[in-house]
Amino acid sequence: MQVTLAVKRFDPESGTNEQYDQEYTLEVEEYFTVLDALLAVRDYEDPTLALRCSCRASICGSCAMRVNGHAKLVCKTKLINVIDEQGRVRVEPLGNMPVVKDLIVDMKPFWDKVRAVEPWLQPEGPEPEDEYIAPNDAMIHLTGVMGCIMCGACVSDCTVLEVDPNFLGPAALAKAYRFVGDPRDDADESRLKSLSAYGGIWDCTRCMECVQACPKGVAPMDRIMALRDKAISIGLDNTIGARHTDVFTDSVKHSGRLNEFWLIPRTLGMFNPLSLPYLLRAVPVAWRALRHRRLPPILHKPIPGVQNVRRIFERVENRK
Amino acid sequence: MAVYQHDVVVVGAGLAGMRAALAAQKSGADVAMVTKVHPVRSHSNAAQGGINAALTSRGDTWDDHAYATVKGSDYLGDQDAIEIMCQEAGSALIEMEHMGVIFSRDDDGRLGTRRFGGQEVARTFFVADITGQAMLHVLHEQILGNRCRVYEEWYVTSLVVEDGECRGVVALELMTGQLHLIKAKAVILCTGGTGRVFEPSTNGLVVTADGQALAYRIGVPLMDMEMVQYHPTTLRGSGVLITEAARGEGAYLLNSEGDRFMEKYAPNMMELASRDVVSRAEQTEINEGRAVDSCVFLDLRHLGKELIETKLSYINEVAMDFANVNLAEEPIPIRPGNHYEMGGIKTDVDGRCSVPGLYAAGECACVSVHGSNRLGANSLLDTIVFGRRAGESAAKYAKEASDKPVPESAIAADRDMIKAFLDREPSDDTPAKLRLAMGQIMNEHVAVFRNEEGMQTALNAIIELKERYTRLPVKDKGQVFNTNLLFALELGCMLDSAEAICYSALARKESRGAHFRTDMPDRDDENWLKHTLVYQTSEGPRIDYSPVTITQWEPQVRSY
Amino acid sequence: MKFAFYPGCVSRGGCPELYPATLKVCDRLGIELEELTGAACTGSGVLQEKDEFLGDTLNARTFAMAEKMGLPVMTICSTCQGVMSQANKRLIGDPDYLARVNEILSEEGLEYKGGTTVKHLLWILVEDIGVDSLKAQFTRSLDDLRVAPFYGCYIIRPSWALEFDEHPGRANSLESLIEAVGATLVDTEGKTRCCGFPILTINENNSAAMVGKHTTEAQDLGANAMVTPCPLCHLNLDGFQPRAASQMGVSIHMPILHLPQLIGLALGFSSVEMGMDRHIVSTRQVQDAIAEAQPATA
Repeated sequence: MQVTLAVKRFDPESGTNEQYDQEYTLEVEEYFTVLDALLAVRDYEDPTLALRCSCRASICGSCAMRVNGHAKLVCKTKLINVIDEQGRVRVEPLGNMPVVKDLIVDMKPFWDKVRAVEPWLQPEGPEPEDEYIAPNDAMIHLTGVMGCIMCGACVSDCTVLEVDPNFLGPAALAKAYRFVGDPRDDADESRLKSLSAYGGIWDCTRCMECVQACPKGVAPMDRIMALRDKAISIGLDNTIGARHTDVFTDSVKHSGRLNEFWLIPRTLGMFNPLSLPYLLRAVPVAWRALRHRRLPPILHKPIPGVQNVRRIFERVENRK
Repeated sequence: MAVYQHDVVVVGAGLAGMRAALAAQKSGADVAMVTKVHPVRSHSNAAQGGINAALTSRGDTWDDHAYATVKGSDYLGDQDAIEIMCQEAGSALIEMEHMGVIFSRDDDGRLGTRRFGGQEVARTFFVADITGQAMLHVLHEQILGNRCRVYEEWYVTSLVVEDGECRGVVALELMTGQLHLIKAKAVILCTGGTGRVFEPSTNGLVVTADGQALAYRIGVPLMDMEMVQYHPTTLRGSGVLITEAARGEGAYLLNSEGDRFMEKYAPNMMELASRDVVSRAEQTEINEGRAVDSCVFLDLRHLGKELIETKLSYINEVAMDFANVNLAEEPIPIRPGNHYEMGGIKTDVDGRCSVPGLYAAGECACVSVHGSNRLGANSLLDTIVFGRRAGESAAKYAKEASDKPVPESAIAADRDMIKAFLDREPSDDTPAKLRLAMGQIMNEHVAVFRNEEGMQTALNAIIELKERYTRLPVKDKGQVFNTNLLFALELGCMLDSAEAICYSALARKESRGAHFRTDMPDRDDENWLKHTLVYQTSEGPRIDYSPVTITQWEPQVRSY
Repeated sequence: MKFAFYPGCVSRGGCPELYPATLKVCDRLGIELEELTGAACTGSGVLQEKDEFLGDTLNARTFAMAEKMGLPVMTICSTCQGVMSQANKRLIGDPDYLARVNEILSEEGLEYKGGTTVKHLLWILVEDIGVDSLKAQFTRSLDDLRVAPFYGCYIIRPSWALEFDEHPGRANSLESLIEAVGATLVDTEGKTRCCGFPILTINENNSAAMVGKHTTEAQDLGANAMVTPCPLCHLNLDGFQPRAASQMGVSIHMPILHLPQLIGLALGFSSVEMGMDRHIVSTRQVQDAIAEAQPATA
């Protein structure tokens, strides 16, 4: 079958900062992956096309790039799944990272963030003579997150990184979870403390781009949520994010629905002098809403049969 | 051009390279790794099944592991080196666990094992079927934590030799196209195998025999290069690997008639005989027509969905993504494919090569612990045991060595070579074209079954390709990330290694382990219980031999 | 066609125009609705952070109530849809898990048997009614409207929970409807990205930056309106737009329409009937584009 690769290229020696488009049309087998097609172009048609790849078996993590606008590992992306009716597919370098040449990006910002979470085992006390004892469940659970091949697909498509490069990002945070979830690591408290600061676990906007993009099923967002859970459970609950979850849950418990009006001030911390600037900034927003007759009711009615909801909360809390 | 200086330079940052670097740094040396890809992109990450070790605390004995390795090597392995590897395996494994590798556990929370080929006892420790990746990433974590210096995406074009000593490397910085000189008192080559010399191969595209060529070109002998392992279970077409662990967990090999044909070839160990035996069995079935599309079948259905999804999760993904097969529901077509190079740069048990200041470890080295056939799960062990030993001995050497001069003109030859590529007359030849031709001919004649005529045909083809290589142009004239130039350089390394492989294969007039000749099918211990050595000289490759070290186990008939 | 209607929390609170607009449009299209008045909040992903099992139990209760009514559930919020789809997948996929949930529901006399489907009005329009049938019912062509779609994360990811393989039309359902109403589709990179609502209190600057980025992209590409099937996205893209504009230092004037409002306009309803006068960002340019006379009281 015939396909057209619409590649976003960049020549660092061209003197401009602009990327440009180049199309390659070629005959391929039905079972070809996007990588097969790119290599056919590079090896037999245009040797100047630059991309990283190695294993062709979704384990080395080199070949992540954007296909039709979404990050994928091209060695396991079949052409038939991504071409349109005209046989065209867009191929671009990963997002959120500077482009070096064609489909090659500079992954230094990615690696700096991974390093920032201190990604090495930090056990306490003397090393045992033999292995540390650890339950197999924990090891199997970690195998899911250890399956991360550091390909950068999640970071490429992260919507927070798109507007704020200070966010640690899904790969680094998932890596942090690998240690917090490891029974042999004893640095949970210090890890979670720094992860609870600006740029860390509470800055994730829960958009699931990383879950969608990850080719290995690591689900970084789920790991970030697990880190949030862990942080709260060890008492690191004096953050806006932690309060937000608490207030929301409380609201549903008491009225079966979200009590939107009180959500914002209670999340920001009504009796906390440090939250005054935030509260003040919320005032014009509330005023505008009031003027347009869309301010949520201050007095909030519970849903009919709310006692059933409250009972469910109690049952679930008691099970723990 | 810039000039750098370190005590120890490690070329390659896979398992062996990072282990060597950590060991050298711990010994007090100023170390740097020079690697053409980011460390976690190294092909060590593709090792799937596990790592062997005899844990004495459980009543296992290293002797048993060593004997299995010696027998597996078809008695070509040096038994002193094998003893060392098996003795140190336990502590090397525990060290990796302490660094954080998430090895599978038994019900008591202790390290769990699975069975692997060529061994009666289950002593293979594993992380699902991503053991290589798991170990590689943990070593990289340690590299980050210990702030080891890495020249990332730098390609070593040659070793610097002055007064018969190795005193550093010349490397091409891919990001800028600049050549640099990195002076060192000791250089450790950890560049991996020769996979891409063959087509197809389980190996990633970066495995291009760089270290073997670098050493070869300064007169270091390459040992047992003819010993190329064809892994029994690889996918047709791409050659992607399906781990031996599948058979370790109980999978069957079936021919087109649905028979477990290993019964005929290895009635005791069946699917878990040594890899060369299994590959030959499969190839025989294929050649005799009991195959479909040149493949036999690996059947995992009886293992059950849950086991497949936990202990074999990666190959479950691979089977679906690359072969459209659901392992829990259907057998998967597989066949023997190029996988590993037992041979390599000749070293002693501390990684020393014949040139002072030069060391090697991992797949690119030949100690020899694998002889003419490697047991599954011994490669991961090889990398960390000998990576550490090479790192420590290189650091010690560097400590005692004095600063020696290295002229900056050391890079002149490489500069001229690169310029020649870029200035050459355009032609129809491309690196990809030549590589494919080499890969196909090697896969046809220097694979599972060999004969004189076939190997000579391959050698003639390689010689012709080498001649065409001298006229190979590089079309991309850019400086930044010129992958066209990189491939041309890698191709040179592959052609040199292919030549070494063919020469060695023709020289060995017997069958042993992975080197099976249909015209000389018997093992001949009387004349051939020795290693082949091949040296590059100005008159062409020269063959020599060296004895095999025997400590405990006299060669016997090898059957499974 | 009849559905158990799940209006969600915001459609009568922070986005009070959404609920009546929905009822009017469904009535006109013959979609019968029976409201799930006793159903609790889905948890919105926030409650699930605290306790996924709790969230799944609350949603299973809603599913059981609908199952008792013998009706599929209709949602009008991307977030409700996504949370419910994910919950349903977990509940149906693991009988032991479902049994534990049902143990708690049994005290209320409820049991979820796994038979409830949950569909957003967006999908009902495209799949159950179909674009051709809709076009036949539209009385007003919106051909001076240039509309940029904005999905809302929860109705577009993860694709396996939302059954995109079984229903490939879902991935570009908004685009189909924009074209069906006769408007010009303004395709943007940001249409599947995040509006920033979940981090509104946690990191206002980032939240505002996201609003700014997506609304200015649509604006720069010539859109005169955006449409979204998620009232939470609406809250941010509309309510936070002035803040985003001031943070970016640019002028942004992008009316944000709820999905039923766009459909309602095509069906001939007036902008006032659709509650478009209650938005923070004036929808005046939409009214002008559809050549509507201004009502006497502005």
